[in-house]
Amino acid sequence: MALLDIQNLVVEFQTASGSFRAVDGVSLHVDEREVLAIVGESGSGKSVSMLAVMGLLPWTAKVTADRMSFNGRDLLKLSPAERRKIVGKDMSMIFQEPMASLNPCFTVGFQIEEVLRFHMGMDGAQRRERAIELLTQVGIAEPAERLNSFPHQMSGGQCQRVMIAIAIACNPKLLIADEPTTALDVTIQKQILDLLVSLQAKYGMGLIMITHNMGVVAETADRVIVQYKGRKMEEADVLSLFESPKSNYTRALLSALPDNAVGDRLPTVSDMLFEPAAGVA
Amino acid sequence: MSIKVVEGKDIKRDYHVGGGLFRGSRTVHAVKGVSFSVDKGKTLAIVGESGCGKSTLARIITLIDPATSGELFIDGNKVDIAKDGLSKEMRRKVQIVFQNPYGSLNPRQKIGDVLGEPLLINTGKPAEERRDLAMKMLKKVGLGPEHYNRYPHMFSGGQRQRIAIARALMLNPSLLVLDEPVSALDLSVQAQVLNLLADLQDEFQLTYVFISHDLSVVRYIADDVMVMYFGEAVEYGSRDEVFSDPKHSYTKTLFAATPRADVASIKARLAKKAAA
Repeated sequence: MALLDIQNLVVEFQTASGSFRAVDGVSLHVDEREVLAIVGESGSGKSVSMLAVMGLLPWTAKVTADRMSFNGRDLLKLSPAERRKIVGKDMSMIFQEPMASLNPCFTVGFQIEEVLRFHMGMDGAQRRERAIELLTQVGIAEPAERLNSFPHQMSGGQCQRVMIAIAIACNPKLLIADEPTTALDVTIQKQILDLLVSLQAKYGMGLIMITHNMGVVAETADRVIVQYKGRKMEEADVLSLFESPKSNYTRALLSALPDNAVGDRLPTVSDMLFEPAAGVA
Repeated sequence: MSIKVVEGKDIKRDYHVGGGLFRGSRTVHAVKGVSFSVDKGKTLAIVGESGCGKSTLARIITLIDPATSGELFIDGNKVDIAKDGLSKEMRRKVQIVFQNPYGSLNPRQKIGDVLGEPLLINTGKPAEERRDLAMKMLKKVGLGPEHYNRYPHMFSGGQRQRIAIARALMLNPSLLVLDEPVSALDLSVQAQVLNLLADLQDEFQLTYVFISHDLSVVRYIADDVMVMYFGEAVEYGSRDEVFSDPKHSYTKTLFAATPRADVASIKARLAKKAAA
């Protein structure tokens, strides 16, 4: 059975000029021990659909779905209090801006221990021990000293490692990474991706990678979903997506990679513009 | 015969930081003696990670900050803004496009005024002529006259970057410094902006200094490549030399870290995973 199973997810935002449909009938599932990548441009609804799963959307958003179940529980029927027990524990998320997603007023140690206190009910000594263990796992040198550091005393890559430590603190079944490396340098990006994939393999987590970078997809994913303007364009395993993309949009996206430039012009997506309906297999 | 539009000889830049009541100040060597030259109509790409001094070098080439030592020549003339200040003539020759198109446009200024301002400050052209030139430039960068009276928030990231490029070109510069111009943009928009830059380079015989950390973009656009690491140019050569035969260990690390999106490397990764 799938770990996360979503059927026909629709997210609408109420705006001054009427309602806006950010996600339009997306279905997806993730199994245990699987890496799913969701690719798309800004505005394709890739982050919004995952925020809907986490229950992190503002009140202006209206979320409907035929089914949204996680680990055998129906997320649509949960009360907010019950949902808070799952989010951050069995299902956790890493965000794009590591500097902005940590609280600048508290030490990293406090922020890691906060999760452990809320979800695991550990006492002070246990929490500290676990926090040191986590920092070691994500590859931070001198973890015991680092617990007393504030986020501004660390680099972007280190902050992202701390975010990962917080996300995996309670051994989640599903980890959602929303553009985890977009703000980082290529060399650091490589380290963070390697870390995520090794942790995923070690603990048998399901991992959802949200990204717009085809290179990141190629380096991490088992299966890929391509989204465009809130709709699913294509779903395929990683090899067949790159070898023989089925939808026009995926083909356009791949050919816009500077690596694939033919002659001295890059083909752009608008060069290959098409009816979105034609891309849905 | 090729003409050198910009040439730097042993450029250094130090910053003095800190220094309070009880602590002495510290000197950071941001750029430690970099030499380069770019011919007319060519593109030099500067690659490196954050903190390697590539943006500092960009500010020196754009004549925003002076170099601590070293010589900078623009169109064959030696420029030293620390001593002589910056002439309007020099400002006309060198322009810059910044990374973040959301931060580099004044939110309270209409696009027409954004484009007219460089002319207002640096030339004596009357309002009528400034307006005509701005309209023409809008068309050049793929926007239309209807955009003249709009504000920056009405545009997407890609359109704003086009506006920033248009503003930089208003004075008809010979050298354009592009500081990560496409790293904030989506893949498909990135392709459009790169195409626009290539077209403009052909049309106006522009010289580019292109700063980026994305090697795939650099491989596409550059003629020469310089790799910077902790303020030093560890590798400098033609694009093909650098990409086919990187000499310095940092360049090799950089290439190894770049994610590969070709079928062969995906197959290799999946095979490795299945074996594990």
